[in-house]
Amino acid sequence: MSAPTTDLSMQLARQEGWNRPPVIEPGGEGELLELAMGPHHPSTHGVFRMDVVLDGERVIKLKPVFGYLHRNHEKIAENTSYLASMPYTDRLDYFCSLTNNWAYALAVEKLSAQAVPERAEYLRVILAEFTRIQNHASTIGFLLQEMGASGTPLMYAFREREKILDLFESLTGSRMMCNYMRFGGCRVDASAAWLDAARKVVSGLPEFVDEFERFLRTNEILMARAQGMGVLRPELAVNAGITGPMLRASGVNYDIRKVDHYGIYDRFKFRVPLGDHWDIYDRYMVRMLEMRESIGILEQALKEIPGGPVMDPKAKIRGFRPKPGEAYGRIEGPKGELGFYLISDGSPNPYRYRVRPPSLINLTVLEDMCLGHNVADVVLIFGSVDIVLGEVDR
Amino acid sequence: MKTVDEIKAAIEAAVRGARVDVLTNPGPSGQHSLLLATSTAAAVARFLRDDPEFALDFLSNVTGVDWPDKEITEKVKVPKQVVKTVEGVEQTVEEMVEETRKRVEPGCLEAVYHLYSMAKKQGPVVIRMRTANRSDNVTLPSFTPIWRSAELQEREVFDLYGIVFGGHPDLRRILMWDGFKDHPMRKDYIEPDDFEYEPTAHDEVLARAQAQKAATGMGITPQESGR
Repeated sequence: MSAPTTDLSMQLARQEGWNRPPVIEPGGEGELLELAMGPHHPSTHGVFRMDVVLDGERVIKLKPVFGYLHRNHEKIAENTSYLASMPYTDRLDYFCSLTNNWAYALAVEKLSAQAVPERAEYLRVILAEFTRIQNHASTIGFLLQEMGASGTPLMYAFREREKILDLFESLTGSRMMCNYMRFGGCRVDASAAWLDAARKVVSGLPEFVDEFERFLRTNEILMARAQGMGVLRPELAVNAGITGPMLRASGVNYDIRKVDHYGIYDRFKFRVPLGDHWDIYDRYMVRMLEMRESIGILEQALKEIPGGPVMDPKAKIRGFRPKPGEAYGRIEGPKGELGFYLISDGSPNPYRYRVRPPSLINLTVLEDMCLGHNVADVVLIFGSVDIVLGEVDR
Repeated sequence: MKTVDEIKAAIEAAVRGARVDVLTNPGPSGQHSLLLATSTAAAVARFLRDDPEFALDFLSNVTGVDWPDKEITEKVKVPKQVVKTVEGVEQTVEEMVEETRKRVEPGCLEAVYHLYSMAKKQGPVVIRMRTANRSDNVTLPSFTPIWRSAELQEREVFDLYGIVFGGHPDLRRILMWDGFKDHPMRKDYIEPDDFEYEPTAHDEVLARAQAQKAATGMGITPQESGR
């Protein structure tokens, strides 16, 4: 399946309401059951609620309920300086703090026309791809956990994540709340010893992915429960703004690393895995293949990384006041398009600070994917979206 | 990618009666935006999505911006009758006098949309709409029927800024609770002194449990279970 031809989506778009979830009539004789899944359901990865209407086991309506973790991150950021929001971005998607840092730094660099030194760009790529690998591995582990493979696949993923978090800790001082990037570079330089340690971790990763895939790819439970489940049509995925592995599992070739070439991604060779059947299994497989491509990028980046400064000497840290204007910067985060929209009025605080959260927007089609399936499958479909509530509610 | 002026010309050629203004971005990012008149905005949005040359099939980001009323103090020169003694004779002369005046520039709420094309791999095109004021006339047309990705994001703008999107299929608060009154992202929002009040269904649930116990003799009220 190539990208959805605009013809097809245009044909559909002429029918009013084609992109709405269908209305399912209850078929059985029994009563309908209204059930609140969450906010304390263990499969909701935090505090998230789905109000489902069940006809027997079958889901005929599903409404997501948000806001349990809402702290108005955007308002807090508008009342403080640009730099002071950087550690706050760590807390959005707390699995991927380094990509959050990068997206915010990229938007501010666009806003203030700030250059980034070469070595810092390489370090950013290295850290972002490490983040992607540990995120995808954990997502697959959690997905298997929700299928009933209690603990074991997740522990295999966490074993590898542990090595990557150790690298983050020795470079940035923190395992998860890294607060590492700055406008115009990175906070500290990586030593030669750190780069060697990173190379060592990377050299062990292909074996881990091989092993992980060998255990899971033809696993009967995974195949029975994931194949043909939670299908998302590509034209709906595009229209609903789905991004990241979810979109590519629906067969749409759109990777912001390839489209925008932000940072230095045009220097690396990597492929964009696409799904064929648009179901949960494809979402699992796309993440597995993306980990392999990330390992390839890491090998190239760790080989080519040049010397030099990690901070642009002209970058202004104290008293940073960008000229009036606005900018939208986005990156391909592990969960999808993570964007920051900033308006500056020339003061030290942003006039408007907006996070485009991939986790929230990818939930737009949750109802469409779940309708007609059994309630036990809602857990899997929800797990295959890959969200973090810190980013959904902000 | 075409420039904003070319996009404006294409829109005005294709959509009859469309009013589009170009807003120049003074910063270095080069992302200029198009301000759409609310009456024709839906038709323009449909054109931008369906036209094969633009094919803006992907609405990435939807957000609101609050522009409060601005009090502007300016100095104006006004003619004024002044009594003066000229050459020993008192007479009334017209003179230009500088005066400080204050005027209020009305504010508005703004919705900002960032569009990309997945088919043509280009973008962004930034479009904006503005409400007439910030109090009673805050309705804008919803883009959710055109791009589904606006669904949750327009709900968020409605919740935090108070812009009402006409034609949105499910316009409810999303992050704040349903009984909440204000719009926290507005610039003039004042936080309440105490955050204790959060509505729960507690009384309702208790009343139902007591009614059930009275009717059937079964079940247990929350007090009894409290030990």
